[in-house]
Formats: sequence, C-alpha cells, structure tokens
Amino acid sequence: MIWSPSSGSIELLTAGGWGSAMLVGLARSLTIALGAFALGLVIGIAGALGKLSGGAVARQALDLYTTVVRSVPELVLILIVYFAGADLINGILTALGQAKIDFNGAIAGIVVLGVVQGAYSTEVIRGAILSVPLGQIEAAQAFGMSSWLTLRRITLPAMLPFALPGLSNLWLIAMKDTALLAVLGFGELTQVTRQAAGTTKAYFTFFFAAGCMYLLATMVSNLLSRRLEAWATKGVAHV
Amino acid sequence: MEMLHADGIRKTFGNLEVLRGVSLTANKGDVISLIGGSGSGKSTFLRCLNCLEHPTGGEIRVDGDAIAFRPDGHGNMEPASKTQMRRIRARLAMVFQSFNLWSHMTLLENVIEAPVHVLGVDRKQAVDEGLRLLQRVGLYDKRNTYPAFLSGGQQQRGAIARALAVQPLAMLFDEPTSALDPELVGEVLKVIRELAEEGRTMILVTHEMSFARDVSNQVLFLHGGLVEDAGPPAEVFGNPKSERLARFLGSFH
Repeated sequence: MIWSPSSGSIELLTAGGWGSAMLVGLARSLTIALGAFALGLVIGIAGALGKLSGGAVARQALDLYTTVVRSVPELVLILIVYFAGADLINGILTALGQAKIDFNGAIAGIVVLGVVQGAYSTEVIRGAILSVPLGQIEAAQAFGMSSWLTLRRITLPAMLPFALPGLSNLWLIAMKDTALLAVLGFGELTQVTRQAAGTTKAYFTFFFAAGCMYLLATMVSNLLSRRLEAWATKGVAHV
Repeated sequence: MEMLHADGIRKTFGNLEVLRGVSLTANKGDVISLIGGSGSGKSTFLRCLNCLEHPTGGEIRVDGDAIAFRPDGHGNMEPASKTQMRRIRARLAMVFQSFNLWSHMTLLENVIEAPVHVLGVDRKQAVDEGLRLLQRVGLYDKRNTYPAFLSGGQQQRGAIARALAVQPLAMLFDEPTSALDPELVGEVLKVIRELAEEGRTMILVTHEMSFARDVSNQVLFLHGGLVEDAGPPAEVFGNPKSERLARFLGSFH
C-alpha cells in the first residue's frame, strides 16, 4: 500500500475510533514505562549499594543479576520473566493451597520491564556513587550523620549530576521497550497500532502515527531531563 | 577542664605500625599542634580521635564520655555504640585538608546541615546562626554560592564556619592549609588564630611552624608513631630536646 498524504489518512485516524484507541495505548505505554523506570530506580539504588558495601554473597548475587540481564536479549528476558514468573508465583500459590491469580497486564509489564531496567540502573548509580569524592562522605560521618542520613542527605543528591545522563537514557529505553510487550498483549501503543493497521490495512498511516507519538514523547522527555539536569548540576562548575 | 583525652592510641595498617601509643590531653581552651614529618602518624592520630580511623588500641574520652570499643573483625577496634559515636562526632568538628564541603549544597546549606539534621536545631535558628558564622569568616556575600565556585581559601573558611555551627567541644584541624595556594594560606590562618584567641579547644595537624609556635600552648612532635618531643612551643621550638626534632625544624629554614 502506498501512502499518500490525502485526507484519507487523517480520516482513518479520527474515524472508527482507532486514533483514540492509540492514545489510550500511548497512555498505557507511558504508565508502564514510568512504573518500570521507578521500579528500576529502586532496584538500582539498592543494587548499587549492595554492590558497593554489601557482603560477598550479596555482591555475587547482584553481579549475576546484572550480568544475566544485560547479556540476554530483552525480548527473551521479558518472555522468561513473564511466563516463568507467573508460573513460579502461581506454583507457590497452588502449593500453599491458594487460588491462582490472573496477572494484571500493567503491573506485570511494570515488573517485567522494571527487573530489566534495574540491572542497568544498578550500574549507572554504582558508577555515579563512585564519582562522589570520598571526602564528602567522610565529612558527613565526621559530623555524626548515620549511614541512612548520609545516604539521603549527601550520597544520593551528590551522585545525581553523575547519574542523570545515564538515567535519562534509561528512561528513553524504558519507553521504547514497552513496545516489546506487544508480544504479550498488554494493550500498549505498538499492539494497538498493529491491530489498527491489520484491520484497516493502512499500515503506513498507523505505524507512522505511532512513530510520531514515540518521537513526541521522547522530545518532551528530553526537555524535562535537560531541566532536571540543569537543576541537579547547579553546584557543578562548568569549565 | 578536660575536653578531650586520648591514651596510648595505637594503629596498624596490616603489618605497618603507624601509631605506637600516642597520648594527649586537651583541656578547655588548649590549642595543641601536632607536627612531624610525613608518615609520622599525626594525621592518622587526629583521625583516630573521632574514629574516622579505627584505632588498634588505646582509650579516648570526650568531655568525660569514654568511647566504648569492640573488636571490628579486622584487628582494630570500632565504636561499640553507633549512637554514642554519632553523639561524640557531632561535637568534635573536623576541618579537612581538602575542605570536603558538600558540593550539592550552597555554603549556607553546608553550614546548617549538621545543626538541623544531626543536632535537631530549629531550621530558622540554624539559619540565623549560620549567617552570623559566615559573616564572621567573611563569607556572608557568598552564602548562596556553591563550593565549586569558591576559591580554596573561601572553601576552607566555609568549612570552618560549618565546624563552628555545631558548637564543638573541640575542633580537629587536619592540615587545613596544605591544599591551598600560598597566597590563600593567610586568610585561613587568620580565622584559626582568632578562634584560638577566643579560647576554643583545638587540635591542629600542621606544617605551618611559625603559626604553630604563635597560636599553640602545647606542641607534640611525632616521629615513627610516637611522641618524640612535647611541651610549650617556646621550649619545643626554642630548645628542641631531640635531635630529630632539631633536624626537622631545621628543614623549614
């Protein structure tokens, strides 16, 4: 099918409800991405701290986690975590005599992508924490701060300028990785687009529109992350 | 009145014995300078006083409060009670060679951080006091500036204001002018001198011999992890008993 920028394409998007279905898909994609990114951050902070100051067992377990996640293709990982994870949890539930649960699409998507994001976040945050001059952490101790207070007031905010470029990147990846969930049918943007295109046979129109939505989301993200970076690096002297 | 007392502090790193039993008593208003060559153990001793280094042996008492130790599993001793250690550290303010101001905070935020978040001082009160201290070290105009935009001398004066903000029982200075350009040393020494004159209890690791002679009432010369010579500055500098000290002092002329 050859795409022509006729009124037909616009009509296809507005009529028949496909356009609004895509917007719902986009919202779902963004929700899953946001959740996965946040979960990844939590895993990342915990993972980085574990790698930097945990015991030998914790460090090895985390090494295994980041190595495996970063070497297996994400699509494969998503399928593994989703199907194996669901089997595992339901297996445990059955063994305990509980009823099986049906995984809510969005939550499952967030967990699956969050586990992947967490591995990358761990490395980004670990590197950023290592960039904080040790003297600043020592000063916190010398003034009587507890480990938790030092982490909250000194280490995390001081590492932010070093972590933000990597984390912005991870956010963009999270957004695009939601498309991989199309194979599982979470009703996110790519899956909706495929349905729309398959039904109407207007492949170019719908995938082009979907591409534009991803692009727009990325551009808005870039704008926000630039602001965030400017805010976080206000204490950094620019050469 | 005794503020800080350390008795027989020992410290080994692996097989290296850095401190072989160093003692010191600082009464209120004492200014004690620790001098010695590099590797003499003077900085390590200072860092043992607030347990930034875990001593291998010895006793430490701050304002009558003896630090409880237990083995740390690496052949040294660690504070047995984190609560006690934090309480003591909060009142033993340290000024570092490389300033170590918190880079993500403005100067004023640096100064009020420990009072507000460690000592639980009301924020408004901490800000008032912080501004007064910044005024005092001549940095009121720089209160909203981040450390990276300040000269070394300004950063160190800011670090001194941060140390004063916790109303310290004793102040620990770890070579406070060693990282400064020569033309910036004077402004920092001037502030430290004023603190000495108003009767602050201070322990000072320094390479500034004439300064140590001027401001201290007690000087300890460390060599090989031991106090080789000690006494009032006039005696230590004017009439060194040990030959090593004489040679050490001679190297500054």
